[in-house]
Formats: sequence, structure tokens, C-alpha cells
Amino acid sequence: MKHASSLARISPLAPPEVAITDLTKRFGALTALDAVSLTVRPGTVHALLGENGAGKSTLVKCLMGTYRADGGQIRVDGAEMRLSNPREAQKLGLGMVYQHFTLVPSMSVAENLVLGEEDMPAVIDWPNRRKALREFMDSMPFRLDLDRVVSGLSAGEKQKLEILKQLHLGSRFLILDEPTSVLTPDEADQILGLMRDLAREGRISVVLISHKLREVETYADEVTVLRGGKRVGQGQVSDLGRADMVRMMVGEAPPATERAGAEHVTGAEVLRIDGLSVDNDRGVTAVRDLGLAVRAGEVLGIAGVSGNGQTELVEALAGQRDATGGAITVDGKPFHRTRAEMRDLKIRLLPEDPLRNACVRAMSVAENLSLRSYDEPPFSRWGFWLDRAAIRSHGEELIARFHVKTQGPDALIGTLSGGNVQRTVLARELSEGVRVLIVQNPCFGLDLKAVAEIRSRILAARDDGAAVLLISEDLDEILELSDRIAVMSQGRLVHETPRAAASLQEIGRHMAAH
Amino acid sequence: MEGDAGWLSVLVAILGGAIRVSTPYLFVSLGETLTEKGGRVNLGLEGVLVMGAMTGYATAVLTGEPWFGVLVAGCAGAMLSLVHGLICSLPRVNDIAVGIALFIFGTGLAFFLGKAFINPSAPRLPSISLGGWSDVPQIRSALEINVLFLVGLALALFIAWGLRNTRWGLVLRTVGDSSEAAEALGYRVNRVRIAGTVAGGFLSGIGGSYLSLYFPGTWNEGLSSGQGLMAVTLVIFARWDPIRCFYASLLFGGATALGPALQTVGITANYYLYGAAPYFLTLGLLIYSSSRQHALAGAPGEVSISR
Repeated sequence: MKHASSLARISPLAPPEVAITDLTKRFGALTALDAVSLTVRPGTVHALLGENGAGKSTLVKCLMGTYRADGGQIRVDGAEMRLSNPREAQKLGLGMVYQHFTLVPSMSVAENLVLGEEDMPAVIDWPNRRKALREFMDSMPFRLDLDRVVSGLSAGEKQKLEILKQLHLGSRFLILDEPTSVLTPDEADQILGLMRDLAREGRISVVLISHKLREVETYADEVTVLRGGKRVGQGQVSDLGRADMVRMMVGEAPPATERAGAEHVTGAEVLRIDGLSVDNDRGVTAVRDLGLAVRAGEVLGIAGVSGNGQTELVEALAGQRDATGGAITVDGKPFHRTRAEMRDLKIRLLPEDPLRNACVRAMSVAENLSLRSYDEPPFSRWGFWLDRAAIRSHGEELIARFHVKTQGPDALIGTLSGGNVQRTVLARELSEGVRVLIVQNPCFGLDLKAVAEIRSRILAARDDGAAVLLISEDLDEILELSDRIAVMSQGRLVHETPRAAASLQEIGRHMAAH
Repeated sequence: MEGDAGWLSVLVAILGGAIRVSTPYLFVSLGETLTEKGGRVNLGLEGVLVMGAMTGYATAVLTGEPWFGVLVAGCAGAMLSLVHGLICSLPRVNDIAVGIALFIFGTGLAFFLGKAFINPSAPRLPSISLGGWSDVPQIRSALEINVLFLVGLALALFIAWGLRNTRWGLVLRTVGDSSEAAEALGYRVNRVRIAGTVAGGFLSGIGGSYLSLYFPGTWNEGLSSGQGLMAVTLVIFARWDPIRCFYASLLFGGATALGPALQTVGITANYYLYGAAPYFLTLGLLIYSSSRQHALAGAPGEVSISR
């Protein structure tokens, strides 16, 4: 109840009751949402659970007026609504906190808060406005400096600003889209705990979109489970068990990662990085004096909140970004991140956003599968002549072996789903023997089946003697796959522990440390 | 003694030239700043500049009223930029390509329509003498300042203030920095961008009228020597800041005035080489402000040159 006094100001009205009946949305032949109904009672946290592509985002976009539904009704406090614009939803007190932040990066916290105001005056009286904003901040359980520029905020701070922005606008019905995907466990608990408290006090209602069962169990009152655009389950969270919810999400027994070869042997040191420093796009040091070593048959997991230099580290290892200092060796030989060295030393990469970082979008699946070796026999003769038939049959073979779902080897890679793009890249990177495997966020946005399969493949490569460097923002993934765990914060490795001795609290504390 | 006075007069001549020549740079760069703050690049401003010069001159010839010419030039520039804004609002249209097309179209149209106005002479825009305190004729002529220069200075200050302190300014910057954020807030991205482009075209048209109605003060086909294109570079150098646009315009103006200034003290060798000073400056500044490591600081996020 400690926030009660402060919140009287933000939400003078009770949150509305939002009832959705038989909501349907089609995109061409695809029915993204098929007659889904749910009611969010005032002052509750209602979780929307489902895998990627289950229709969660489509549902809330219809609710916010971004999409126009093809059928069904939305009632806010009993009155039917036909929204065509997020601003109208805003007027009714419905606010959305997006997964991809919708803050303006070059503007200050104060400017971002003022931007959304419905009655933004033609000329802004900054001294008065800032005074009001400062009072608002003081009444909030978490605070941000009004003058900081958004591009300099951490992901957690941006998330807080998004929520502050909605509360500042007087939203009484908040939709949180995967709010914790970029937060440390502590930040996630803090923010979700706060949302739940506000709801319990009857100040706001919350729709929590998530695929994390732990969050739903801890913070939600009711849950609606979606699969393939249909409602497949609904009820009080307290009545449902974790197994029930997984079964509803996946439609069958939950898949498990095959932890093959738990008795795998760790060999000699393979990948070694000494004193590596890398600048980010703004010329600021993003990776500073980083050193690490990975042995054969070992997974070194690097945990950390996004934006602490992980992407720059991977880009430097991939040759996409210049290093400003340091040395990398593989099996004792220097590695300058050239294509020839990657081939000779068998260094393989599965970067994040593989469609952008590891594929040529305008090329076919078979061509993408041959990108590492198209200029060698048997795909190339006399150094320049490409044998397209060989490339195609090689593609067909890998597609079958790695279960890539595609219309065929000639389909453009861009037409594949995220999981199948990931399978394609993995097929290319793993099929010819691998000594060093560098993997970043390999399962981001994939469904549970693809996740289990891709994790099993990574562990299989390790069991075959590869040194695996896993960089992931998903702490559960790090804990599941790693033999050793390190935490990256502000461009440095700040904490290292064997998997067996790892504690979630300890790792979380180092992730949050600044 | 003689030599000292000579070099002093070179400096005065460069300063005077900078003030005289910088005005079109200033107007076009402020226009391009408005356009790019909204997230689009309008390379067609060179065409807009020439079109503004022609319509401004023609109007002044026909009505005898140079200030009316300035207004018409601005409107012609706005119309031409509206074409750019509308075409770029169509899906999958590249603003750079449209800009180049507009550049060629604008200059071609101006030459075609302006044939009849090469001979008649138009009344010139008035200027203000700020050099009355000095006896030196060079200083007096250097401080003969056109009203449009002062308007440009005031505009630079106003735009800098407006981008921070007005709703219009914030919305324009939002649209230019993150269309996703703008859409989530319910702003119509294309409309705001068209407005920014049109406002930019209006200013650039006025910049053109300065060329034909004040300095050099005639209309012919060789009037502009790429000022419109160089102003785009200047915006990058000025990091999308209107105040810095003002300083950068003076710098470019000074570079343009280098050749004539040296001529006043009798250095006539390499005249055309000095005449190329602004182009060297453009190249030099682009190399200086580029980096293998960093993205351009201060660039609006949605502008295609910074993506």
C-alpha cells in the first residue's frame, strides 16, 4: 500500500472493464485470430500466454486500434468500441507498452514524456512543464533523470520510461508486451511486482503478454492461452498447474532438450581472447579489455543484459566490426577474422538476427547453405565457375538432414520462418565439422519445438569436441546449456563460475551491477 | 606596410564575400535541415534553388516588386518540394533517386520557362549599410548587408528554438528519428514528412531568389554552381543544427569568396583553382566527418544516409 497516496493523482478513475467477444482478424488467407473471447476485470492482471505466432500481438493490436478486426466486438465498460487509431485508445485510458520500445532515441526523458500528451500545447513552456514532470517523478516508485537522452539509457531504464509514460498519460489499462525480455531477473521482479501492486490497489488493470510461465504464475490472476490464433485455455492461474499451461501452449507433452553425453570430456584450450576492445557505432568503447578462454568440448555461456557489449563482441569475432585492440587465437594460431582463417580453423558462427547477419536475403535457401564453400570444389571449378546443380543437391541434402521447412532449395531465404532460417544457418555452420562455435541468442523468438531442437544441436557440437561460446540474454538458456558461466557488464566479464556452482541470485546481481 | 594593408583587405573581402555569398547556402541548408529532421533527404533542392531564382526574377521583372518575387520564389520551391514529398510517400520509393530526378527536372524547367527573362533587368533587393562608421571603402562595401541575410540568421535562431520548444518541432523530430515511435503515438508519419519537405522547399526557393535578385543579381543558366547540393553536405557537417548551419554557411561563403578576394590584391594566378575552394572544402569536410568506426552523430534515425 505504500504507493497508494502517490497514485491517486495518476488514476483518478477506476480502470475500465474490457470485454472482447469473438474477435477475428484475417491477413489474406491466414486467420491470425479466430473468434477469441476474454474479459479483463478491473484491477486484475490478465496474462496472455502463447508461443510466437499464436496471435497475442494481433489481439492487442486490434484492442489498441492499430489493426481493424474483421469480426467480433470490443466493449470498454459496456460500450462497444471501434478504434482506428492508438490515440483514440489512449483517450479511453488504454495504453500499450511495446516490446520494441517506442521511445524517440535522440530525445530526452522529459521530451519523451511530453510527446504523448493529448493536449500538447503549440509552444511548450519548459520551466513549468519540467516542474510538473519532476513532481510526477517524485510520486513514482521508480525515477529517471529528466535530462538523460534515451539512447543512453539501459534497456531496463527504457522499459521503466515506457511504463512511466503510460502512467503519465493517465492510462488505467496497461498492456505489457513481453516486458521482461530485456531485463535482469531483479528488474523484472521489481517492475512486475509494482504492476501487480497497482492492480491489487484497484488503480490499473494489466494485460501481460508473455511466454514465461514463471512470470505468469507469480504475477497474473487470470490467464488466457492462445495457440494458432485460437483460444485453447482460460482460467484462474491458481487453478492451473504449470504442466497444464505448457500442454495448452504446445498442444502436446512439453519437448525437452536432449542433454546428450552428460559425461562429455573437456579438452585443450581452443579459443582464446586477450585484451579485446571494440567501439560501438557512436565511437564509445563497448567491449573493454575482454579476455576469455574456451576449451574443446565446453560451452562457455556469457550472460548479461542486452546492450552491454555482447553484440559488438560477436560482430568483432565475425569480422563485421573492427577491434581497437587485443588478440584472438584459435588452437594457438592467430585469428584475424578473415574468411580463409574461418575455413582453415573451422570457426563457425550463429549470430543474432541471422536473416540479417548470416544470410543473403535475396538468395535461395540452397545458395545460402553454400555461402561458406561455394568457391571451392565441388561447387566451383577453375576458381570461378559455379556448379549450380551441385549447390542445389547439397542444399537438398542439408534441408532434409536438418529438417528445414521450405518450399524447396530454390525458395528465397526471406520466405522462411524464423525457426527455419535458424535451422538453415545452423545446417551450414555445423555440417562440415566445427572447432569453434560462436552463438548469440540462438532461440530468440522461436517456438518451443525449434528451441529444443536447436539447443540439442549446439550440445551435440560440443559433445563432438567443439569449443562453444554462447552469448545469450536468456538466463534460463545459459543455465541449461553452459558448462561455465560468465557475466558481461559494461563491456567486461565481471563474474565467472562453473555451472555446478552457479547461483541465479549471484548472476543476477552481477548483471545488474554498474 | 603596404603588404599588411593588402592582406587586411583580403580578409575584409573574404568576410564581405562570406556574408554576401552565404545567404543561399544558409536558406538551403536550413531547408534541408527541416526536411531531414523529418526523416527524408531532398537532393532536389538544387533544382528548387534554380527554380526559385527564375520565378523570383521573373516576378520582380513583371511586377517591379522584388519582395513579391521572393514570396513567389518560396511558393515555387514549396510546390516543387511537394512533388518530392508526395512521391516519396508512396511505398518503396527511394528519396535519393526522387531527389536527383527533381534536381534535373527543376533546373530544366527553370531554364525552359526562364529563357525570356535573361535580358530584362529586375529591381534588386535593398540592403542595409552597417559600415558607415568606417572610412575604408572595402569595409563599407563588405558591411553592405542584405535584409535576407538577417532574416536567415533570425530563421536559424527561430528554427533552433522551435525544434526544442514547439509541438511542431517535437513531432517533426519524432517522425524523423523513429517512425515506429511516431506511429505508436498516433502521428501520421507521411503527412509530417511532407510538411517538413514543403517547408524546406519554401526556404530553398527564397535562397534561390537571393541569387537572382541580389547577388549576383541576374538570371542566367549558369547562376547556381551547385550551392543547393553543397548545402546538403553542409547540413551533415553542421550535424543537423540550425545554428551550426549558419556558421557553416559563412565558412562556405568565405571559401567561395577566396578567389575574388585574392584578385583584389592582384593575385590572379590560379583564379579558377581558388574558385574551386568550396568544392575542396565539401570533399574535405565529408572525409573529416566520416568514420569507419562511428555512425554520424546527431543524424536523425530515419534519414536514409544514416541507416
